Amino acid sequence: MELTGAEIVLRCLQEEGVEHVFGYPGGAVLFIYDEFFKQDKVKHILTRHEQGAVHAADGYSRSTRKVGVALVTSGPGATNAVTGIATAYMDSIPMVIISGQVPTPAIGLDAFQEVDTVGITRPCVKHNFLVKDVKDIASTMKKAFYLASSGRPGPVLVDIPKDITQHRAEFVYPDSVSLRSYNPVTKGHPGQIRRALQLILDAKRPMVYTGGGVTLSNASGELAEFVRMMNFPCTNTLMGLGGYPATDRQFLGMLGMHGTYEANMAMQECDVLVAIGARFDDRVIGNPEHFFNPARKIIHIDIDPSSISKRVRVDVPIVGNVQDVLQEMLKALSSSRERVDAAALESWWKQIEEWRSRDCLKYDRQSALIKPQMVVEKLYEVTGGDAFVTSDVGQHQMWAAQFYKFDKPRRWINSGGLGTMGFGLPAAMGVQVANPGAKVACITGEGSIQMCIQELSTCKQYHLPVKIIALNNRYLGMVRQWQEFFHGNRYSESYMDALPDFVKLAEAYGHVGMRIEKPEDVEGALKEAFALEDRLVFMDFVTDQAENVFPMVPGGKGLSEMILV
Amino acid sequence: MRHIISLLMENEAGALSRVSGLFSARGYNIESLSVAPTEDPSLSRMTIVTSGSEDVIEQIIKQLNKLIEVIKVIDLNDGEHIEREMMLVKVKAGEAEREEAKRMADIFRGRIIDVSDQSYTIELTGTVAKLDAFLAAIDRGWILETVRTGASGIGRGARMLRI
Repeated sequence: MELTGAEIVLRCLQEEGVEHVFGYPGGAVLFIYDEFFKQDKVKHILTRHEQGAVHAADGYSRSTRKVGVALVTSGPGATNAVTGIATAYMDSIPMVIISGQVPTPAIGLDAFQEVDTVGITRPCVKHNFLVKDVKDIASTMKKAFYLASSGRPGPVLVDIPKDITQHRAEFVYPDSVSLRSYNPVTKGHPGQIRRALQLILDAKRPMVYTGGGVTLSNASGELAEFVRMMNFPCTNTLMGLGGYPATDRQFLGMLGMHGTYEANMAMQECDVLVAIGARFDDRVIGNPEHFFNPARKIIHIDIDPSSISKRVRVDVPIVGNVQDVLQEMLKALSSSRERVDAAALESWWKQIEEWRSRDCLKYDRQSALIKPQMVVEKLYEVTGGDAFVTSDVGQHQMWAAQFYKFDKPRRWINSGGLGTMGFGLPAAMGVQVANPGAKVACITGEGSIQMCIQELSTCKQYHLPVKIIALNNRYLGMVRQWQEFFHGNRYSESYMDALPDFVKLAEAYGHVGMRIEKPEDVEGALKEAFALEDRLVFMDFVTDQAENVFPMVPGGKGLSEMILV
Repeated sequence: MRHIISLLMENEAGALSRVSGLFSARGYNIESLSVAPTEDPSLSRMTIVTSGSEDVIEQIIKQLNKLIEVIKVIDLNDGEHIEREMMLVKVKAGEAEREEAKRMADIFRGRIIDVSDQSYTIELTGTVAKLDAFLAAIDRGWILETVRTGASGIGRGARMLRI
């Protein structure tokens, strides 16, 4: 039987096992929305802005490893989605974004709500398609899901002109897909793995540095086994938090611009560095020239060959799926009779403990003002360390990363690569939709939260009891911090006057609002909020305006050139 | 250093813009780019002349390989290869220039493919350097118009780029 293009789109989503689509209707996608109306297998979540829809699908994916799906209309629908798509692209999140397009005969004629969506999104998608024939919808959707979730994952956009959703074709969903131009590797090269193991076994001052790739390939179990078997120290990038249990003794905390003293020093001083699913980006290693003095041997495991030797030359590259490569390495290590130099390792640990004793994350616990770090610590206690935590971008993001100890992967959800303010709340919605009943906290600031505040309305409609923890310092805090350090205290446009009354705002959207002004009220407020299991609670914490994020590696400096408290 | 990169990709709408977009987004140089379908119409072959350090060339090749529609990429400079470019030059050929212009075309083994009472159009094929040499050799004021295809390259002997 022939189906319309719109029916085919829905059938494809059903075939892929998609349960939730986040979206916003409009002219070019009306036929697709009509099909949503006629079925109940795929649920649609109506956000209040397309950016919110894409971030929600992104949060959904990050917390579950499923492909996140968003649906937007042509023109402004697509351009509003771009920030969300670029966010997912930078963090390699598997997503399929379906966008409506003006009817085929109108393309190129500057039609109403027309924009070259494929052109605009090309630099920030793993791949994109413009479907020009109804017969191609099914195979294109199959390819889109396959591309999004295989190899190094990423967002894939499918642009479908309105007339194509109306045309009819036989529906056949392909069982499998093969592309002669796309064959992502999985297994690492055995010779390279052997060379890596030799370096690992010869190491005197080893260090394991892991990123989001460990989470994406579900390799945190293998990583923990490897790190423990070798008794090596381990650090995670911002994207990699939760990849290794943060409460473990061998964990040195996050590294990088706001990483711990011990993690950054160990990165700098190690003689063998094992980089796993991480990409040596500028926020992680600072100045590459400084990083190479002293030199060290580097093993780099990554699924994307273009991540290897991009910023930093490495000695043993291993291209492959992190999980497969780690499994091979574990197999070889457990059958090897060679052992690492235990005495050397012991004195390395002694050095690390000395660095650790510096207690680089200390802050004034006696302050009469609410310290933002303390709010995150209390959140950790109140949630038993088991919440999903999303964040926006800025100081609060760094404090969340430093003070919430993530023991499991997929619990820490933030925009690491693109650094998108406005990500936190919609991402938290996606997490909550995917994990009903779970504790979901959105750590944010009074600046970031206002970038997608409209999604409070979506939370009301779908009963999403997200807990919003706003660390409100009346400043765009990270901007202010840089201005304090590097721009002579000239706080140019980083102060926000005329903030809304967030309590009333939350109430206006039908939620619970709280304003917390004293340190002694923090814990009680958090407990009260989480006790309201079925309500969204907006907690407006009035925090110390002058607090800065430490340690800090200033831009262009090396990892061991940190500013400490 | 100058490199000639050859690649095979799916002959699909938008494929060229993915390659050119990649070069501009990542700040890579393009000296020339030429593309046309192969004997298999589902495939396009592209030749890109670029320049950069070894690290940059390595990244260019990796990034090209990462494009979903790109099937194979080689750096022709990795081995023996032949490079050719074609140029059409319209030169002044009035009474004063006529003989000398013909002589220059002959020296460079060009062919005159269009003649009018005021001009010759010369077809020249060779390496990029040879075409440059021709333009340098002839009086600048005589050149009315030039059009070049950009370099194409192919490996010598058994060295091939095919799927």
